Amino acid sequence: MTTTGMRAARGSRGRPPTKRRRAVRRNVTAYGFLCGALICFAFFSWYPMVWEVVLSFQRTNFVDPPVWVGLENFVTVLQDAAFGPAWKNTVMFTVLALVFGYGVPFVVALVLNELRHARAYLRFVVYLPVMLPPAVGVLLFQWFYEPEYGLFNQVLGFFGLPGLDWLNSTDTALVSLVIVSTWMNLGTGTLIYLAALQTIPGELYEAAELDGAGLFKRIWHVTIPQTKLILLVMLLLQIVATMQVFIEPFLLTGGGPENSTVSVVYLMYQYAFNFGNINGGNALGVMLMIVLMVFSAIYLRVSREDKS
Amino acid sequence: MPNLTAVSKEPRRSAPPAAPPVPPKRPRRKIQQEFRTVVSPHQLNSRRGRAVYWTVLAVVVVSFTAAFVFPLYWMVTGAMKSTEELVQIPPTFLPPEFSLDAYAEAWELMDLGLLLGNTALYAGGAWLFTLAIDVTAAYALSKLRPVLGKLVLALMLATLMIPPMVIMLPAYLTVKELPLLGWDLLNTPWAIWLPAAANGFNIFLLKRFFDSIPRELLEAAEIDGAAPARILWSIVIPISRPILGVVSILTVVNVWRDFVWPLLVLTDSEKMSVSIGIASLSSQMPQNVLIASLVIASIPTIAVFFLFQRHIMAGLTAGSLKG
Repeated sequence: MTTTGMRAARGSRGRPPTKRRRAVRRNVTAYGFLCGALICFAFFSWYPMVWEVVLSFQRTNFVDPPVWVGLENFVTVLQDAAFGPAWKNTVMFTVLALVFGYGVPFVVALVLNELRHARAYLRFVVYLPVMLPPAVGVLLFQWFYEPEYGLFNQVLGFFGLPGLDWLNSTDTALVSLVIVSTWMNLGTGTLIYLAALQTIPGELYEAAELDGAGLFKRIWHVTIPQTKLILLVMLLLQIVATMQVFIEPFLLTGGGPENSTVSVVYLMYQYAFNFGNINGGNALGVMLMIVLMVFSAIYLRVSREDKS
Repeated sequence: MPNLTAVSKEPRRSAPPAAPPVPPKRPRRKIQQEFRTVVSPHQLNSRRGRAVYWTVLAVVVVSFTAAFVFPLYWMVTGAMKSTEELVQIPPTFLPPEFSLDAYAEAWELMDLGLLLGNTALYAGGAWLFTLAIDVTAAYALSKLRPVLGKLVLALMLATLMIPPMVIMLPAYLTVKELPLLGWDLLNTPWAIWLPAAANGFNIFLLKRFFDSIPRELLEAAEIDGAAPARILWSIVIPISRPILGVVSILTVVNVWRDFVWPLLVLTDSEKMSVSIGIASLSSQMPQNVLIASLVIASIPTIAVFFLFQRHIMAGLTAGSLKG
């Protein structure tokens, strides 16, 4: 409102100049307030975004001026023996993380929402792992996964089951990483769903009950439609978050055994800091960016629909 | 006095007749519902409903404790065991003696005092910079509405669509040699502080809150001749305490927990944050010392969670529910 008024005032000549001067002053003040943020965003967000793409088409060694090499970096990365496994593992990790970490929090939230006792305790406890620094959670699980005396094999032994090799076997390494990640992140989804469940008007359940809907029918026809949007939003957010998996393979397996846990971001890190080919890393980054931006764009549409 | 046992056998009866001023505590109270949920209150308070309810409650409490508290218990007590005891099969559930030796050793060997001090410096500075930079920016975008303000806001929110990991390499190169200025910020606190302030989510939360402040309130101050800076300081900030609390805690906790960014930009062992320092030394430490260091590293964030639970949960749902 005011902005347009001021803008109009600047254009017309008959108005007293003080009004125009006020508008100028307001703009100067506003940009004075904004300059800190503009500098930070420009240096650490906007510029790197553009540079990411530029670097992926160049060869740079930071001594000579960069050379444009077209798609060479992409070709190098595509021919890497770890490229296929990295994408396969990232997708597998994401899918497994969804299997464990997407449905379970919703069910947990549904149950928590029904309980009338120990609510504060349960909410607190489920969020505790989220508050641990991720490095702590991951190193803690490294100890639990110890094949000889680790907690998990001891528990399995207690029930008379054979111990597993966890991180050291190609069969279980990736699943082990998913377990750590799920343990650390389960609380977030649970609490968000719980908040969403509490916004469902109780009359809907009463009406459904009067129509003779049983418990599962009420969940299916009332709870799920009412939380559909948040379920979709969380699905997209979780896909974007888990596809960036890095700390688990970095600290626990180093991508092994036999590339069975190497992830795209981990490979990107290796290109830059172990193979001395930062441009290859950028090429991988651009590929991942394109994939993730598809999900981000869907997310944006969904959340906009939510508002209207 | 009514016969209590006889009354209590009767299922599904809520309060006793209104007469007694203090209702006697009855063994079977009705399970109260603050609001209607999936399970109907009628079913819940039937005999079978109660049985199911208490069973589910017990199962949930036990399994949550086992899944989320027991690992932490195992961690805290594991650090009290000797190396030999740690590899013992079957394990001991209580350490034979309450010994804090491993904790002291971890503090010494890994220089945790320095690491925690560094991390506190990074988190504290990031907090100050974030508040100073993001609050003024959100205020300018919300209330001063400069020319091109909408575009600036859109560009800031667009950064939320680009996952941080994807641009970590160019961001690292930027910090290594700042464009135009040529400064090397690696291993300095600036490498943490300034990128932390470039946070589109904070701008979004703050601007949305400032938008809800009634115009009249600020116009009244403007008529009295207050400058924008004065209005921000004396009116906007005091009424924005709740959202400032959320942003503060999110910032501090995020910097404290962050791993990848400090891994790239703080490579000097004197400058490392606590997560990076522990991770880099983890393979060289005896098991119980490493576990003790994990406990020490998680105390600050857990303490923050104890103290500011409500703010943290508010921040959690703020973005995702209405985002």
